[in-house]
Amino acid sequence: MLLQVDNISLSFGGIKALQNVSFSVDEAELFSIIGPNGAGKTSMLNCISGRYTPDEGSIKFAGEELLGRKTSERPEIGIGRTFQNLALFDHMTVLDNIMVGRHHLLKNNFLTGMAYWFGAQKEELEHRRHVEDIIDFLEIQHIRNAQAGTLSYGLRKRVELARAIALGPKLVLLDEPMAGMNMEEKEDMARFVVDLNQELGMTVIMIEHDMGVVMDISDRVMVLDFGAKVCDGLPDEVMANDHVQKAYLGAEFDDDIEADTQKEVA
Amino acid sequence: MASTALRPCGDFRTTYKTDQYLFQTKMIGWTAAAALLVLILAPVLASSYVVNLLILVGISGISALGLNVLVGMTGQISLGHAAFYGFGAFSSAYLANNYGVPVLIAIPVAGVMTAIVGMIFGLPAARIKGLYLAIATLASQFILVDFFARATWFTNGYGVDASKPEFFGIPLDTDEKYFYVVLAWAVISMIAVANLKRSRDGRALVAVRDHYLSAEIMGINLTKYRILAFGISSFFAGVAGALYAHYIEFVSVETFSISLSINFLAMIIIGGLGSVPGAFLGAMFIELLPQLVQLISGFLITIAPTVFGLIENGKAYIEQITVGTVIILFLIFEPEGIAHRVGQTRKSIKLYPFSY
Ligand SMILES: Nc1ncnc2c1ncn2[C@@H]1O[C@H](COP(=O)(O)OP(=O)(O)OP(=O)(O)O)[C@@H](O)[C@H]1O
Ligand SMILES: [Mg+2]
Repeated sequence: MLLQVDNISLSFGGIKALQNVSFSVDEAELFSIIGPNGAGKTSMLNCISGRYTPDEGSIKFAGEELLGRKTSERPEIGIGRTFQNLALFDHMTVLDNIMVGRHHLLKNNFLTGMAYWFGAQKEELEHRRHVEDIIDFLEIQHIRNAQAGTLSYGLRKRVELARAIALGPKLVLLDEPMAGMNMEEKEDMARFVVDLNQELGMTVIMIEHDMGVVMDISDRVMVLDFGAKVCDGLPDEVMANDHVQKAYLGAEFDDDIEADTQKEVA
Repeated sequence: MASTALRPCGDFRTTYKTDQYLFQTKMIGWTAAAALLVLILAPVLASSYVVNLLILVGISGISALGLNVLVGMTGQISLGHAAFYGFGAFSSAYLANNYGVPVLIAIPVAGVMTAIVGMIFGLPAARIKGLYLAIATLASQFILVDFFARATWFTNGYGVDASKPEFFGIPLDTDEKYFYVVLAWAVISMIAVANLKRSRDGRALVAVRDHYLSAEIMGINLTKYRILAFGISSFFAGVAGALYAHYIEFVSVETFSISLSINFLAMIIIGGLGSVPGAFLGAMFIELLPQLVQLISGFLITIAPTVFGLIENGKAYIEQITVGTVIILFLIFEPEGIAHRVGQTRKSIKLYPFSY
């Protein structure tokens, strides 16, 4: 087991964003979290990635407790993520954005960086090569030198994924990687997520509203509603669940574009 | 289009190394080399008035470059840069006067001392940002200047003498010789910051500015980099202050007022936030503007004394007003600074007559 989440509760003032949520994710699994808006999906990822500190519970990664570790230590531990609302470094090039993902693996510092030719250059170029592989993998060669903030929404999502991959994580958390995309972009993204999981061997936790994609590519699915876990299991089992049937037939789940316009800060 | 470096077609990058060059195109590299050559020859070719101006531009440029690391790259506004500049000036003079440290060594040592002081005053950045941080740096301005006025062992309470440096026994006692000390520091500083920008920690600083939440998730320790930015910035302020001290040979407490801090900010706003050449272009602009204003008002007074004679009394104010007006105009019309304008002009010349 790679990730073990136990009895996580989190509240904001009166709002209970998460209540006693427990689940576990195995190595190399593609695990999806679904649920209506405000169900607590992003809050769950934020607890894992260190943005939020839960009020109660424990999160173990490869047997080690994550809570209490610094947020900025997550990449070293082996956890990377993307954000629901874009969080790129807008004034940097795509290349530099992805290179930031290599931060914890690079050893040059401000002094050796200033003396570029005496060591730092060699290291930078080695990592640049690795980053170029990621760029090829995600098919974003043509925008490599573009400023991130000037790109279209779909491309920015892809650059975010590239940056998360550059961290070299064991576990990658994807918060609605396909939101706001057209069919074609969605298909590409779904393919990348599957490749990431199967070819690069990364464990993936993905939040996604597109039920078609979720049921298609996930190994297992967990459903959250009002901060509580409804169920988890194989895609078919989850679809067969009464509560899910009710919730999903009631809620307009195809409206993800509309839903995207009202997202809060990840 | 404007987002990518405009390269002539056929200029393909065949290795990642060439893609990471200091200069985006050969043309820019050659321009920089030519500019350097002209500067090396300047003391021979130019009048002492021009050399004096170049020295002042170089010193202010180094200081502005430091501020640009803090404000432009990391996004932390500082209103106390002049105080660090002053600390460098007094430290270098103190080391040379009291411990006989050779001036050329005292200058970088003063830079390191200033960097440490800068990081201490930068500690609030661990907790606060934006406007609140700006106010905290304002406090460091007043605290340090007050310290200069009170610490008589350090400053005599009003000012101290500072000697000209020697280079292996050769006294660098004229403007023409001292110019090379400043030029060397200016070139080293520019290269250092340009290199920083294309390596790990430089990217980390910009990441903290652009999106600190995601920077943290990417493994960047926010506190470390926010304080490091103060350290780097103060180092250059300290070196520049030291260069200034040994140039004018007297360090006065009064020099390092808040208006000098604002002048440094004006330099980077006008030159271009985060831009390396921009810091020097901005310094040139701010150093030359008063000269230009004086020249013009002097000229007006001579050609029509009856109409413009009154200007004579208000010269100093006119200078201040012009600087202020220019800053406002830049903020409105060219918020990305001279360096950006130069880049755009270069591109449009290249693309002429097709603007896209
Ligand atoms: N920083 C915060 N401050 C206050 N309330 C918050 C905060 N973050 C989340 N919440 C609240 O917690 C609840 C769960 O939010 P969360 O973002 O986790 O939902 P979600 O399942 O990701 O929804 P969506 O599908 O809209 O992204 C919501 O009611 C939200 O308003
Ligand atoms: Mg969400």
